[in-house]
Amino acid sequence: MLYFIEQCLNGVQLGMLLFLLAAGLTLVFGIMDLVNLAHGSLYMIGAYFAATFAALTGSFVLAAVLALIATLVVGMAVEVIVMRRLYGRDHLDHVLGTFGLILFFNELVRLIWGPAGMTLPLPAEMLTAVQVLPGIYYPVYRLVIIVVTLAVAAALYLFIMRTRIGMLIRAGASNREMVGALGVNIKLLYTLVFGLGAALAGFAGLMQAPILTVQIGMGENILILAFVVIIIGGIGSIRGAFVASVFVGIVDTIGRAFLPDLLRTVLNENAAATLGPSLSSMLIYMLMAAVLVFRPEGLFPASRR
Amino acid sequence: MTARITPRNAAVVALLIILALVPVYCALTGGTFALSLFTRIVIFALAAVALNLVMGFGGMVSFGHAAFLGLGGYTVGILAKEGVGSGFVQWPLALLVSALFALGVGALSLRTRGVYFIMITLAFAQMAYYVASGLDRYGGDDGLTIYHRSTFAGVIDLSNKTQFYYLCLALLIAAVYLVSRLVNSRFGLVIQGARSNERRMRALGFPTFRYKLTCFVISGVLCGLAGVLLANHTDFISPAIMHWTRSGDLIVMAVLGGMGTVMGPVIGAVTLLLLEEGLSRVTEYWPIILGPLILLVVLFARGGIDGVLARPGRG
Repeated sequence: MLYFIEQCLNGVQLGMLLFLLAAGLTLVFGIMDLVNLAHGSLYMIGAYFAATFAALTGSFVLAAVLALIATLVVGMAVEVIVMRRLYGRDHLDHVLGTFGLILFFNELVRLIWGPAGMTLPLPAEMLTAVQVLPGIYYPVYRLVIIVVTLAVAAALYLFIMRTRIGMLIRAGASNREMVGALGVNIKLLYTLVFGLGAALAGFAGLMQAPILTVQIGMGENILILAFVVIIIGGIGSIRGAFVASVFVGIVDTIGRAFLPDLLRTVLNENAAATLGPSLSSMLIYMLMAAVLVFRPEGLFPASRR
Repeated sequence: MTARITPRNAAVVALLIILALVPVYCALTGGTFALSLFTRIVIFALAAVALNLVMGFGGMVSFGHAAFLGLGGYTVGILAKEGVGSGFVQWPLALLVSALFALGVGALSLRTRGVYFIMITLAFAQMAYYVASGLDRYGGDDGLTIYHRSTFAGVIDLSNKTQFYYLCLALLIAAVYLVSRLVNSRFGLVIQGARSNERRMRALGFPTFRYKLTCFVISGVLCGLAGVLLANHTDFISPAIMHWTRSGDLIVMAVLGGMGTVMGPVIGAVTLLLLEEGLSRVTEYWPIILGPLILLVVLFARGGIDGVLARPGRG
């Protein structure tokens, strides 16, 4: 039972991280109708920036802030130089163009930081574990991830729903021509939204960096997970992305933790050992395929006409 | 129909002649590197032709075609490991497996469209990827070495590099011929009609779902065949062949050469792989050039290389 609660917390933590990635992805997708495969590259770049700044400044928090700003700038630059030209194109063009960007960014990182990975050390006070429930100790840093991401999610919600820029973003999502016709600088708005998405991805990268190593291609597999999230949640829906992130995070973590044992009760040892890991990796893709077959627009489709 | 000499026809003919003469060149110079490279190119061209059938003509952007490469390859690899070395068993079985997978995936995926189709095909490919990673008996993540290429009872010797190359080339040409006949047939016209306006095709009484599913299965089988060849070429198979970036490579080939044209994917595969090879000699960091190059093609050369060749001369 204790193990189960711990795994649930791990699932929530993964879900929070996925939400950071998925939120940017779904914003860009929902508002600019852009499929951005290079989102994972921004995640990677955020992590590299954070590791570099941490080595320079010696402060984790300062490094995080600097890395966020740097990723925001990179994101906006990418939007101005490349993405802007892809709006209104076929989704296939997006897939292809941003696929080219992935190649470019991976190589650029190899050129600048070298092929070896980096580590982002945590400050000492985050290395301990706290007692979250009687008898359950949980690493402080993972709790920090959960809390900080929840705060970001809340801030994002307020930003989108309660501010003027947020209102324009929502308006741009439902009818971009009309917003443009009303005299809003839609180009600038798009650059801002893309930068915001990039910063969120970079944030996810730098938060994950201390747990995993910072390495080239680190964004590629998690990017696919983030796509699963936004497809399940419904494209363009932040709320859907949030629910689906937590759902996917928990299903993935719990599946990995318990499915092999569960299989052992119905199958023989050998078959379970073979089947367990693959089946638990496949779980979320099966989930997504099932959702798409029964709800082709995702669970919380953003209303559009 | 009279064939006129256009830049496009000339390029296609020149390409075919070059492809046919590669072994001769290797025999004259005594090196086998070019032969190995071009075998790989021809095999990927076959996979790109397969993808183009659904993507270019059918408008179904499959982001999971690498799964078929893996299915074909793994069927060969697993049978070889279990002692079944005959190509007469391996190959039909590999194609059957690919067809069944395509049937299942297609039946579910074709209920969605647009970007959802892209993502659901990706999801199925990821599942195949993880199944392969979990096959401990067959190498798991590390992959499986294939010690004996498929045997064909003396009809053809796949270990002979030249014979194997010509087999691949023959299969590629056969596939291109099949696709060209297919897209100009009634079947192909229905598929292309469904791409431009599916609702209208249905209103005309065509059960488009069945047509699209058939098209998807044919494409899957052709791509599975490429997988069979690839496994025989590299004598090795690993889950990496099904990684989603591999599916991306196939899309790049099809679009680079010119989507929705019969020869486009072949041109694309040749160009991309030669470019990779050439750039990797210039600099270790070759993708830093290749990436933006792909981006430029997307932005400025719509219709790919074939589109540029087919464009009437300016001025």
